[in-house]
Amino acid sequence: MIAYIIRRILYAVPILIGVNLITFVLFFSVNSPDDMARMQLGTKRVTPQAIQMWKHDHGYDKPLLYNAAQRGVDRFTDTIFFQKSVRLFAFDFGRSDSGRDIGSDIRQRMWPSLAIAVPVFVVGLLTNITMALLIVFFRATYLEVSAVVLSVVLMSISSLFYIIAGQYIVGKLMHLVPISGYAGGLSAFKFLVLPVVVGVISGIGSGTRWYRTIFLEEFGKDYVRTARAKGLSELRVLFRHVLQNGMVPILTGAMVILPLLFMGNLILESFFGIPGLGSYTIDAIQSQDFAIVRAMVFLGSVLYIVGLLLTDISYTLVDPRIRLR
Amino acid sequence: MRRRSRYPVRRGAAVLWILVALSLVGCNKTPWNDPYPAADARANVLYSAFSERPKHLDPARAYSANEYEFIAQVYEPPLQYQYLDRPYRLVPLSAAAMPEVTYLDASGKRLPADTPARRIAYTVYRIRIRSGIRYQPHPCFARDRRGRPLYLDLKPGALDGIRTLADFPHTGTRELVAADFVYEIKRLADPRLHSPIFGLMSRYIVGLKGLRARLVEARRTDPDGYLDLAHYPLAGARVIDRYTYRIEIHGKYPQFRYWLAMPFFAPVPPEAARFYSQPGMAQRNITLDWYPVGTGPYMLTENNPNRRMVLSRNPNFHHETYPRHGAPGDAAQGLLHDAGRPLPFVNRVVFSLEKESIPYWNKFLQGYYDMSGISSGSFDQAVQVGAQGQESLTPAMRAKGMRLRTSVVPAIYYMGFNMLDPVVGGRSERARALREAISIAVDYEEYIAIFRNGRGIAAQGPIPPGIFGHRAGRAGIDPYVYDWVDGRARRKPIRAARALMARAGYPGGVDRHTGEPLILYLDSASSSGPDQQALLDWYRKQFAKLGIQLVVRSTFYNRFQDKMRKGTEQIFLWGWNADYPDPEDFLFLLYGPNGKVEHGGENASNYENPKFDRLFERMKDMDDGPVRRAIIERMLRIADRDAPWVWGFYPKEFRLYQAWDYNVKPNPMANNSLKYLRIDPGRRARLRRRWNRPVLWPLLAGIVLMGLFIVPAAVSYARKEHRRPAQRS
Amino acid sequence: MVKLVFLWTDALLYVLVATVLLSAWYIRSHEHLRAPWREVLHSRLGVAAMVVLAAYVTIGLLDSVHFRMPAGGRAADGAERYSGRVLSVLDLILTPLRTHEEETYSAPLATRLYTKETVELPDGRDVRIYPRLRYGGAQLRDPARERIPDILHTVLRGAVFALVLWAALLALVVARLARRHRWRVLHALYRVLSGRTEHPWNVALYTAGALILFGSVTGHLAVHYHVFGTDKVGQDVFYETLKSIRTGLVIGTLSTLVMLPLAIVLGITAGYFRSWVDDVIQYLYTTLNSIPGVLLIAAAILMLEVYMANHPQNFQTVIARADLRLLFLCIILGITSWTGLCRLLRGEALKLRELDYIQAAQAFGVGHTKILTRHILPNVMHIVLITVVLDFSGLVLAEAVLTYVGVGVDPTTYSWGNMINGARLELARDPVVWWSLAAAFVFMFGLVLSANLFADAVRDAFDPRSGTTRGPGSGRRDVGA
Repeated sequence: MIAYIIRRILYAVPILIGVNLITFVLFFSVNSPDDMARMQLGTKRVTPQAIQMWKHDHGYDKPLLYNAAQRGVDRFTDTIFFQKSVRLFAFDFGRSDSGRDIGSDIRQRMWPSLAIAVPVFVVGLLTNITMALLIVFFRATYLEVSAVVLSVVLMSISSLFYIIAGQYIVGKLMHLVPISGYAGGLSAFKFLVLPVVVGVISGIGSGTRWYRTIFLEEFGKDYVRTARAKGLSELRVLFRHVLQNGMVPILTGAMVILPLLFMGNLILESFFGIPGLGSYTIDAIQSQDFAIVRAMVFLGSVLYIVGLLLTDISYTLVDPRIRLR
Repeated sequence: MRRRSRYPVRRGAAVLWILVALSLVGCNKTPWNDPYPAADARANVLYSAFSERPKHLDPARAYSANEYEFIAQVYEPPLQYQYLDRPYRLVPLSAAAMPEVTYLDASGKRLPADTPARRIAYTVYRIRIRSGIRYQPHPCFARDRRGRPLYLDLKPGALDGIRTLADFPHTGTRELVAADFVYEIKRLADPRLHSPIFGLMSRYIVGLKGLRARLVEARRTDPDGYLDLAHYPLAGARVIDRYTYRIEIHGKYPQFRYWLAMPFFAPVPPEAARFYSQPGMAQRNITLDWYPVGTGPYMLTENNPNRRMVLSRNPNFHHETYPRHGAPGDAAQGLLHDAGRPLPFVNRVVFSLEKESIPYWNKFLQGYYDMSGISSGSFDQAVQVGAQGQESLTPAMRAKGMRLRTSVVPAIYYMGFNMLDPVVGGRSERARALREAISIAVDYEEYIAIFRNGRGIAAQGPIPPGIFGHRAGRAGIDPYVYDWVDGRARRKPIRAARALMARAGYPGGVDRHTGEPLILYLDSASSSGPDQQALLDWYRKQFAKLGIQLVVRSTFYNRFQDKMRKGTEQIFLWGWNADYPDPEDFLFLLYGPNGKVEHGGENASNYENPKFDRLFERMKDMDDGPVRRAIIERMLRIADRDAPWVWGFYPKEFRLYQAWDYNVKPNPMANNSLKYLRIDPGRRARLRRRWNRPVLWPLLAGIVLMGLFIVPAAVSYARKEHRRPAQRS
Repeated sequence: MVKLVFLWTDALLYVLVATVLLSAWYIRSHEHLRAPWREVLHSRLGVAAMVVLAAYVTIGLLDSVHFRMPAGGRAADGAERYSGRVLSVLDLILTPLRTHEEETYSAPLATRLYTKETVELPDGRDVRIYPRLRYGGAQLRDPARERIPDILHTVLRGAVFALVLWAALLALVVARLARRHRWRVLHALYRVLSGRTEHPWNVALYTAGALILFGSVTGHLAVHYHVFGTDKVGQDVFYETLKSIRTGLVIGTLSTLVMLPLAIVLGITAGYFRSWVDDVIQYLYTTLNSIPGVLLIAAAILMLEVYMANHPQNFQTVIARADLRLLFLCIILGITSWTGLCRLLRGEALKLRELDYIQAAQAFGVGHTKILTRHILPNVMHIVLITVVLDFSGLVLAEAVLTYVGVGVDPTTYSWGNMINGARLELARDPVVWWSLAAAFVFMFGLVLSANLFADAVRDAFDPRSGTTRGPGSGRRDVGA
């Protein structure tokens, strides 16, 4: 088991190098260091000398990937790519192009992101499972049909509509919660209610349908039929057997998403003005701050790989027959 | 229906709990949707917002409006603009009096004041500052009992547990001295700081270029460390005594006095630079670029660009009073009510991060922001334009007690032609006719009406109103684009433009020689705003009037700048915001030796007309007067004829103020105006409550509706349980 | 004559349509392939969804034939001159909607502008009123009195017209069924209307009826009114939302078209060959998958912008630029979404290669290519089909979100994303401008809902263990909110 995990972590290294290379190439095929300098130096009275100076100070005056002027290994190490990537692997994100320390920004912005992503995830999971169980419970009635149709209807509505409508009705017309913004500590509650509710509702349609199929499949299995034939009450069957066994694919499936909750929710955060990592990423894309973009991609990839690892481990924990090689 | 549940009671209880929780929030009588802590409901706090985190708060680096919004309240340059007077007038701020200006010849001999500019080799500004001004409390000034600095030689590990500047337990202060001003001027040359005005100032301040060279050398060995600038003398900026210093510049540059009102020339204490340069500070984002140290009315006490920035009253602030005189009419508006009272009035200014205009506007309407601009989407809601074009608030806004203040911003938005382009550029008669035709066809009056709701004035030249040299009335129109009809300027009819097109060789927009339709390219920096599409469509329509196909290429701003620098654009949209209220700051945008492609200057259309350039050189150093006005007049005539720009429009700014705001008068030149504002927190709290009564019935209706869905579910459940025995048998 | 203009997305759409028609013809001639489709046609919701989708597709295809109209006159060399404006067949059909531009906002079916304007009276006085529209209800002399009766009258005319059309359609279906089954006409009519036919013809007819009614009523109204009002620059919102249909369809279909070859080839080769091929392909998709999708899309769109800025001569018209951006968006959406399908196919191929007959084929020395194309590929096609139909609606929804983030379609392209984006500003107005949002909502919802229902029907028919192929979160993990 431990050997397996170590192997997987080693396996992650080439993936992260690949991710870095792709980000790097993509970014610099659209953005020259000159562009970045101009972006940072502002809009008025920028001289070419100032741009040169900026590039030199920030280490962007080297060749991108291959330095023909150097010898030996230095041909690859004395480049922007190597210099800027190597420290990432020690999780030292360095400073953003506008001069702030990225690591401390990430640590600060992580909490608002989690404050919204975790409730959306947990409440969403609970709601969806409850709804799915109810649908299974009422199967073969008109309630099931209408609930299934309703969930298709719900998932056919763009999440933007939920957000816009929620903000308009609850925030603007009913004066129940602040329209946007965030505060630390307990007072975060009033800022988070609406985004969480909107986030949960926009996920209900697809989530419920997906869990319903899982439960229905479980329901069709022999042991459930046996249990029901033995006269166990419907509710008991549902909770003891269907729910418990159905949770296995649900939870293992959720594992891969779990670490990514750190990355925050791009759309919700930017609509509701929540200063999390999602809006951090969007801002960085819009202001073309390569250092932040690279750090966020790196972080995202690491978390994704951790998620895959967690999924594998959770499989073995749930089903001892699976052995990790 | 989604909320249907088998546990109606428990669900109901949950809803009740939420209601209880919500009412706990509301029990101390602040509205539920109040985004601020309840304790501050009646505090003397001004609420504002920032949409983008400011990049730099270092006075040597900051150069944009959103940065000045903060640091102009913290740093005090020698001069400032008088708050109420129009036209704009400079008055001393940290200086005791206006600078004494003397002119010298090449050998350093004094020249009389009326010497012609070309004989002046140097100008000396001698500035005496007020004594007794003290810096805000700051750890860099903290001293122990024996008077040694506490935090200037920190040992490794001393920063453990420190995350923000507020975590340092001790602070101190010090009197402001002339050396601090000189120190800041030297900082402009520091290569680490990338000061945006270094390029410009190195041409004027004596020895600044040489200082840069020496500093580059010094930085080579120690790129990040503390550089004691006292060891690097600068001929152009010297301390005379404790309270006096002098700046020496090449030639005559009368506009230099305006720079003295900008934070670039504000004092910076060397202790602060030394304090911030210690190892470990930058990793905590504790830098001079983030925590300004000044003498101003406010100090930045909370600095979280990810959420909010807070300015608090500086307890050491020197005595400054509200102006006793204003422009005509100010007294009637109550703007002199506080005359002579000590500044500032507001204790704290809270800036919240608000990236988008829509939530900002909605919160403003709910009373959670104290002032607001007006976006074009919400314009009709707030303002109505009367028959004669006078603006007033809508009844709904007046009922809320809001007030509207308008001002013409010293800025211009124009559509430029790249004069290096073979089709639209050059000074040939053909290209000129084409440019003129386009100038007539692009109907900026319509633009202002559609996209700016009338908040602008169609421009007749590069100089906006309120700046010396602006032409108004009949004499002021661009005669190639406008006619004077019935006492007002009227754009020439589109026929005239079509005739010009034919003269240029493109009858009906088709090249007479090739028979191909004329295709032109418009470059713009994309704003990705919702209006963008309509805007670009509008431009296409304007060109289509002449049969020209317009291809719009909108790209990101830095990419756009790159194109401009390389000169690959054809037609472009750009603007200029004045640094100071002087015609030189606008006319230099058309000065040949300032060409963007060749000289890297700000003349983006690369316009070059020797006659214009000669006049410019004469005009720029003159003092305002009839001679200067006449020269400007001649320059404008030349520019009218050559039409390097479609003049575009001068923006007009509309700002809304809540009923509880006092002493509001927009002053686009003065960035440090927060100290004049006064608010009435009690009235604000009352109105906020009245405007934000929670509407609960939809929630209750929702709960009832959910209950209705539970009934059929329960019935179905009961039936199912009932049926089971039968199934079993 | 008009001069045809071929846009990239047009061409690809034609390829797609040809592929669909060819495979339909192929399926018709193979009984084992026809069976699941017959099941789809038996599902009532599936049939209704198909009818609605067909309507959308028709509009989309009409909007995909582009041309330039003659501008009159001849060029110097005698060639005919064409206007610079590129139009589509749909534009021609909708000419009144396209050309009836007002000054600014007007509400649905209004006769006056939504905002007050200062108007100069003949006697020189200025007054602030809601001015009459240039086109909306322009035929009325006294709109306050005549508007409602006129609208009702038009609706009635539209309804009658729709009824006639529908009756003709009904007659056609009845006649055909009667002839095939040798029923009497009245009997056939009875069976069709009560649903006692092999396929649910009644559902199809009712759905078509509803669509015809909607189309006819709005069509009649649109001649004299703006059915969904006008937007900020006075353009008819109904026209905008109809034009947006093509964008939605292109993104939903072309993205999958782009990703299919990648996913299929890499997926089944990885599963079939295993060993280092598998390792390389797995590495490839894990790496791609772990990059946040929005970032990849943003970078690709930026890249295109730069390319277009550097090669302006290749993109003479606005529509060509916008089209290329749309195509690029499709490609990059395809690239970010192929990994999911690839993984599924790899898993399936891993299973299939262990089956007896493939082992046998290998033992007999049949070439790998032949085994892959003859045995593996046909056996995974149902997974491909299900993925394609399931992805469609997600992609249409993703467009709106991406456009909001600023990395979606060109701002000049008509799309629901652009409409929603603009509508946010309109909602902040007071009185609120709701019709753009409403129109975008209704049309987008119609497309996505019918696509979802259709996808359900297809999945039920093709996948014996329906629903186990994908779950939420396995798709675009960071595009959708």
